Amino acid sequence: MSERTIELEVLRYRPEQDQEPFFQTYKVPCEEEWVVLDALNYVKEEMDRTLSYRWSCHMFVCGSCGMMIDGEPKLACKAFLKDYPTGKIRVEPLSNFPIERDLVVVLDDFVEKLESVKPYIIPKEERTVEQGEYLQTPAQLKAFKQYTLCINCLCCYAVCPQYGLDESFVGPAALALAHRYNMDSRDLGRAARDDVVAAAEGIWHCSFVGACSQVCPKDVDPAGAIQQAKFAHGIDYLTSFLPGGKR
Amino acid sequence: MARSAKAVPWFLFAAGGTVLSFILPVMIFTTGIAPALGLFTDALSYDTMSAFVGNWLVKLVLFGILTLACWHAAHRLRVCAHDFGIRADTAVAVILYGLATVGTATAALALVSI
Ligand code: SF4
Ligand code: SF4
Ligand code: FES
Repeated sequence: MSERTIELEVLRYRPEQDQEPFFQTYKVPCEEEWVVLDALNYVKEEMDRTLSYRWSCHMFVCGSCGMMIDGEPKLACKAFLKDYPTGKIRVEPLSNFPIERDLVVVLDDFVEKLESVKPYIIPKEERTVEQGEYLQTPAQLKAFKQYTLCINCLCCYAVCPQYGLDESFVGPAALALAHRYNMDSRDLGRAARDDVVAAAEGIWHCSFVGACSQVCPKDVDPAGAIQQAKFAHGIDYLTSFLPGGKR
Repeated sequence: MARSAKAVPWFLFAAGGTVLSFILPVMIFTTGIAPALGLFTDALSYDTMSAFVGNWLVKLVLFGILTLACWHAAHRLRVCAHDFGIRADTAVAVILYGLATVGTATAALALVSI
């Protein structure tokens, strides 16, 4: 194992003592195969206990370590140091969110949006345990499986230009999750989600830049989900003028 | 159910984007670049072209392409204006969709008069 010193420029902000955010540089002795999260953990354990950041799994499943790494939203546990050959790495909290402390951002807005799209199955038919499981064909599973992979890391919100401009936008991950349940053959909740999803601040706010899908560490493709939803809701809108159309 | 009339320009925009990405490069090549290179000069002569465009089916297809191009561009520019921080969305929409309507009418008049 070879060692390399990395200059980690970390945005610090402790509201009780700092007037405004500032960069603090740490010279961290790193192993070649480390990820940025390892370097942050080294700082926390060996150099500066006051540094705050979120993490838990260290294996890209919990979604808590999303942060801006050299200006791009990434999971710190998936950002390998060897991909930063200059040896200088800038770490900042996720863009488009208020800073709570150092690298920790305030998630309230997202959590509210997530709840607003009712991200759970609203079943077509209530079944008792005795009746057994709901059956699905592989094709029915495929219709939504990709969208189940979201880990709420919020990298997509940090890069979405529309969320950055106007935070009333429901945003990529929440809309992709709404689509995930709408596409589920066991679900009948689409009408209940439409108030949020099909509103102007819902899918129609998205300008399909596709940045969200580019940065998503789980290949969820929220931009694709939103365009599919636009098509479905566009058809709803047009057919609502026909006799017998949904209103 | 929340319904948004944004579906209408979006459909024109999406259809325009799909059609144009396939057809516009071909149109630019066959009517712009190819003749400059001395290709298809007979096929693109005034007589052949006016007879070709005189066909109603061709007129209809051209009308579709030209109209969708206008609406696609109008909607894209509306979104761009928003991205550039222009917040007078209603005014922007009225102006741009108005221009697209003018484009639609012009295309229809031009094609009918051939
Ligand atoms: S869609 Fe992707 S980038 Fe967005 S929160 Fe989910 S996993 Fe993260
Ligand atoms: S495609 Fe839509 S949701 Fe994704 S980054 Fe662009 S505007 Fe945001
Ligand atoms: S620590 Fe769990 S995703 Fe990075």
